Amino acid sequence: MESALVIVIGVMTATGVYLMLASNLLCYLFGLILLSNAANLVIFVSGRLTRVVPPLIPKGLEAPPEPVANALPQAMILTAIVIGFGLLAFTLALVVGCYRELGTIDADHMRLAEPIDPDGEH
Amino acid sequence: MGWLLALPFLLPIAVGLLAFAARRTPPLARAISLIGCVGLLLVAGAIFVQVLAQGPVAAQMGNWPAPFGITLVADRLSAIMLLLVALVGASVAVFALADVDRHRETLGFQGFYQLLLAGVCGSFVTGDLFNLYVWFEVMLIASFALLVLGGDREQLDGGIKYVALNLVSTLLMLMAIGMIYGLTGTLNMAALHQALAEVEQPATLQLLAVLLIAAFGIKAALFPLYFWLPASYHVPPVAVTAVFAGLLTKVGVYALIRTFTLIFPADLGFTRELLLGAALLTMLSGVLGAASQYEFRRILAFHIISQIGFLVLGLALYSPLALAGTVFYMAHNIVAKTNLLLMSGTARRMAGSFDLLKIGGLYRASPLLAAVFFIAAFSLAGFPPLSGFWAKLLLVTASLDQAAYWVAATALVTGALTLFSMSKIWSEAFWKAHPQEPPQTLASLPAIERVQRMAPAVVLVLITLLLGLFPQPLIEFSQAAAAELLNPAGYVAVVLSPSE
Repeated sequence: MESALVIVIGVMTATGVYLMLASNLLCYLFGLILLSNAANLVIFVSGRLTRVVPPLIPKGLEAPPEPVANALPQAMILTAIVIGFGLLAFTLALVVGCYRELGTIDADHMRLAEPIDPDGEH
Repeated sequence: MGWLLALPFLLPIAVGLLAFAARRTPPLARAISLIGCVGLLLVAGAIFVQVLAQGPVAAQMGNWPAPFGITLVADRLSAIMLLLVALVGASVAVFALADVDRHRETLGFQGFYQLLLAGVCGSFVTGDLFNLYVWFEVMLIASFALLVLGGDREQLDGGIKYVALNLVSTLLMLMAIGMIYGLTGTLNMAALHQALAEVEQPATLQLLAVLLIAAFGIKAALFPLYFWLPASYHVPPVAVTAVFAGLLTKVGVYALIRTFTLIFPADLGFTRELLLGAALLTMLSGVLGAASQYEFRRILAFHIISQIGFLVLGLALYSPLALAGTVFYMAHNIVAKTNLLLMSGTARRMAGSFDLLKIGGLYRASPLLAAVFFIAAFSLAGFPPLSGFWAKLLLVTASLDQAAYWVAATALVTGALTLFSMSKIWSEAFWKAHPQEPPQTLASLPAIERVQRMAPAVVLVLITLLLGLFPQPLIEFSQAAAAELLNPAGYVAVVLSPSE
């Protein structure tokens, strides 16, 4: 199970990086979604995958009997998902703003902040 | 103790929320923000005094003992960083009163500003790697908002590049954190210090180290990961550039220092050579980039990069003297750099442009402005007896001690090129006559604006002068901080086995 997920993570990362390298900002955004979910899956796998053993403490015991699922990575993923979603929403809004104001979402054509000097000096 | 260590981020968050709620009445938001900055100075001062008296201090949030809960720790490095954040935070907040327009204030400038300070402070006090990620995100989202607030076309252009590259850094960091957790089962930095030393998979450790170098290297603007910085730092209002320049990249350097003194074992294959090479190339490429620019803020932005190289150089050399040099350089650089950016804003206010070819005559228009710029700029270039001289002296001596002559040579060449850029600004903006009409004088500005612009600058330049004329206390402090970093036993003990 772990190795299958690891391959999935690898494919998602590779696809995400490929998309992020495009100069089209929308492609970048899709790549960002893939890469951030790949990162979430890394945390998920690093907690080790166990089936049907929720970390619950039966009545009368002080601690859950081994083996139990690790709940901490899931708490971390939740945090990461929320943060990642917020950042994604912001980035999407920014890209829309860019499209409205600059009229392009091609990063190669965004040279307002760093203009190319026509005569080549400074 | 617990509440005191939490205040550096709780206070700015609370103040930021209040200021954001009051954004439609700017005078109220301004007052809230300024009171918050004074409060942050007091809190940082109290923590600094406590750390000076008793060494590293720690607090367990919610009374969950380490390594299960989130630990807050302050050692000497954290304490001085907090103090610098509070100082820069207060100075720029006062400057922003004159610099940030009313439109941006009603959009919530003060709130985002405080949130940025909260994120920076949180990064400096946390003792937990995942919590560090969370503070990085707080800082990041606040900086995104500050960068594009107002929505000028240039701001959107620079902002998208800043956002795009910084998000990559975040994801790399998150992946590294996940794998470190998978390897050790803990993310508490002190516990990792022990756990990673026992991991016998050097290749895995090196992979994680390189992931973190890449993640923090993007934040810190290390070569060749710095391209977001010169693309974006000159687009927002000057107050925003000043606080970014003073604090943001330094958080990346701080994270690198923590990672490679506390978390990872000291002997980790090629990572030190990697950091050393990156540091030297950062120093050179930053200063060469600046040499080709004729825009006030873009020159300064490229110099931020160059100075990040110096900071990482101390970490890469990894000797007591070199790390002391890094701590000293950090204090010197944050103060001088912020001040130079503030000066660039006032220069534009008086002469009308950031383009050095279109301005001039500032020396005649305002000797005070010229004096402040002169001291800060030549301190940055490393002129004795200013603070930058001592910082560079420590680093160059440390590299000579290790017989790394070419490292020392690179540092000196970088210093000389810095001098070239600073002289360029000096001769173009201050010395030569203004190409059109003479600039406004400082005295012709409204009295309140004059105070708001010059009071923070004068305070910062006095600190630069004090650090330069009486460097001994800070050098001794830096050496103590370096000793703590190189031998984290005290830090680990105070986190994992609290005496209470």
